[in-house]
Amino acid sequence: MRVLMFGWEFPPHIAGGLGTACEGIVKGLAYNGVESIFVMPSASGDEDQSATRIINASDVAVENVAGTLDEFLDKVKFVHIGTNMIPYADPEEFTNIVEDERKRQLKDFGVSYGQKYKFSGKYGANLLEEVARYAMVGGTIAQQHKDEFDIIHAHDWLTYLAGIAAKEMSGKPLVVHVHATSFDRGTDDMVDSRVYAIEKRGMEYADRVVTVSDLTRGIVINKYGIDPAKVVTVHNAVDFSGRDNLSVERGVRDKVVTFLGRITFQKGPEYFIEAAAKVLKRTKGVRFVMAGSGDMMNRAIRMVARRGISDRFHFTGFLRGQEVQKMFALSDVYIMPSVSEPFGISPLEAMRTGVPSIISHQSGAAEVLKYALKVDFWDVDAMADDIYALLTYPALAHFSETHGYREVNELKWNNATAKLKKVYESVLNR
Amino acid sequence: MAKNICFYFQVHQPDRLRLYRFFDIAKDSHYYDDYMNRAILKRIAEKCYLPMNALLLKAIKASKGSFKVAFSITGCALDQFSRYAPEIIDSFKKLAATGKVEFLCETYNHSLVSLQSQNEFRHQVMRHKAAIKEYFGVEPTAFRNTELIYSDAIGAQVYDMGFKTMLTEGARHILGWRSPDYLYWNDRQPGLKLLLRNYGLSDDIAFRFSNQSWEGWPLTADKFLDKVAEADGDIVNLFMDYETFGEHQSADCGIFEFMEALPARAKARGGFTFVTPSEAAAKLKPVSELEVPEPISWADEERDITAWLGNELQQDSFNKLYGLVEKLSILDDPQLWGDFGKLQESDHFYYMCTKFFSDGDVHKYFNPYNTPYEAFINYMNVLSDFIIRVNDEYATRN
Repeated sequence: MRVLMFGWEFPPHIAGGLGTACEGIVKGLAYNGVESIFVMPSASGDEDQSATRIINASDVAVENVAGTLDEFLDKVKFVHIGTNMIPYADPEEFTNIVEDERKRQLKDFGVSYGQKYKFSGKYGANLLEEVARYAMVGGTIAQQHKDEFDIIHAHDWLTYLAGIAAKEMSGKPLVVHVHATSFDRGTDDMVDSRVYAIEKRGMEYADRVVTVSDLTRGIVINKYGIDPAKVVTVHNAVDFSGRDNLSVERGVRDKVVTFLGRITFQKGPEYFIEAAAKVLKRTKGVRFVMAGSGDMMNRAIRMVARRGISDRFHFTGFLRGQEVQKMFALSDVYIMPSVSEPFGISPLEAMRTGVPSIISHQSGAAEVLKYALKVDFWDVDAMADDIYALLTYPALAHFSETHGYREVNELKWNNATAKLKKVYESVLNR
Repeated sequence: MAKNICFYFQVHQPDRLRLYRFFDIAKDSHYYDDYMNRAILKRIAEKCYLPMNALLLKAIKASKGSFKVAFSITGCALDQFSRYAPEIIDSFKKLAATGKVEFLCETYNHSLVSLQSQNEFRHQVMRHKAAIKEYFGVEPTAFRNTELIYSDAIGAQVYDMGFKTMLTEGARHILGWRSPDYLYWNDRQPGLKLLLRNYGLSDDIAFRFSNQSWEGWPLTADKFLDKVAEADGDIVNLFMDYETFGEHQSADCGIFEFMEALPARAKARGGFTFVTPSEAAAKLKPVSELEVPEPISWADEERDITAWLGNELQQDSFNKLYGLVEKLSILDDPQLWGDFGKLQESDHFYYMCTKFFSDGDVHKYFNPYNTPYEAFINYMNVLSDFIIRVNDEYATRN
């Protein structure tokens, strides 16, 4: 079996967890006998290609191998991103607008036709434009490599349009993989409608939708209206191969409770601060650390100062490279109080380092981790209880530590991708 | 009657902290960015302290003693001078030797302690007094508090410490219709005379001098003396940072030429007398008491203490710092007291100020941090290490 995969990033140059997951997936698929071609907008050349073949979309000129420009556009049905808001048009006017738009696109597209486009592959201001251009290149690649794959797999909304274009141009089935949704990035009333539209379109076009947790599966079904029969959960895994735990000499003798991640509404930093304030009222010899940065950081700092706990609650700012491992190694309890977390890989990292973890029920990881303590994100009393218990009762901490360590070592991509392979098969053998 | 002109220059350099990470806590107890502190001091010595001291020395000599000024030099600045540029101390000693320069007393560490602890306030004032005596051979008789912070209560404490004269801001919200250009007395202690800063004329030199869009530009000695002559009271108090000369106002805008011309022109025109703060207090007749129930300062539009203690970041770090006083008093460990002093410098709290919009420019100029939040995090990391040291030492002694 051979898969054409569309991603946005791939290690070593990654901005988020998506690239790491993609690497785990292609390696796991290779282990399970599935070959892959991995397309990304901007490859650097130093990616590990032992398990996959990487195509750099920036090297590919847009063209229609088999037919004319008109046919290409017709199939790919481009919605011009960002300009497709046409309020209050009557039917006749609407037809005119659509026709004008089609002509304009043809002209636009005619200019870029036969040209390569240098993608940044980042998450910049022209992201939507890059997403649209990526789709054109995706359609081209699908034609050029038509005989080299059986199925298409697209990761997150950035690549859905490319996946759709590839399906249109090749006629092969499409699987989209939902690592996160708009509802995990904004609040319910603050969802980017353009992104939502692309997500919904990708899910609708797809023959199967893979979600990283049942939590996300629920969102896909309820908020995007996707048929439950085609939505399948494949829980994330984590690749710890070749990693030794750092041994770090500790400075502070106090116990350390750590939050590590982007300091944004989704991650629930305020609940952590509330819980910390409660624990500090009862206990000495404990410090809290909020590691990371984000748009809620300043607010979090003010909140800590207002609670009067800033001598026991520390901020590290954004951690780079080894500092993350170091932070885990310095921690006694790890906490992920996310309000909405499709999966959440960080507690797995913590547990692998031997740090007992507390995670919210509102995270996908809660579905697979038996030996993490679980609370509702809003229940700061329960959170404080658990922190206190892990700090005060060595038996509990030891239990969580040893079982948690074993548990996360079992969450292997080889197993997750075996499930993914079955998803592919279910589409191909229809 | 001749118009009195009283110049006082503030000389201060903070001990800026190095980037101190969470990972450093309880591992590394060196807190200061020695390289930055040295580099800044060297630069200011060359651009301001040395040339301006030379200029003033020349002017005093040329005036045959009629030109006078006052300085307040913080303990932190004196410590940095001795460490990095002792030639600055020598040049101040030359000024002291003329007998026409008054040295004021303040808290050794340029701290906000007067708002927190009477005992510790007295302790720091006495320490500064001794340092001035040691360096310049004179015992200060006039007092200026950090950033000209003043209230009735602080004034009364200062009087109890033996000072007869104190300097503060001529804050409009305190004075109302009254003029800063007279001598006043403390509301509780008539024995304490108050000199109030004329902020309009002081800021003409300190802030507006090089501003070409200002209607008064270019400011000449004669134009300035015209304004002084028009002032309605007995005395014009020109209080400013010494770094105004050559640092905040660069040499090429003519600030040195202005200061060189001023005493000469004043003498040539007649009708102006230069006085030092203690002289002014002895010579002039005070006009009224001044009631200041809440602390005032010379900072920002508000002229209050919100530049240092206005937000929750500043308040929490300030409270955590002074929460250590009791243990430190019992310990009496010179190393810990040294760091405690440096951590009290008002500058650390100033960096955490979030009043960006009205006075942001001034705040930015003096701030080594990008944001007040960064300043707070760094300070709290340092303070956390310091607290551990104090507690450890306390535990071993008890």
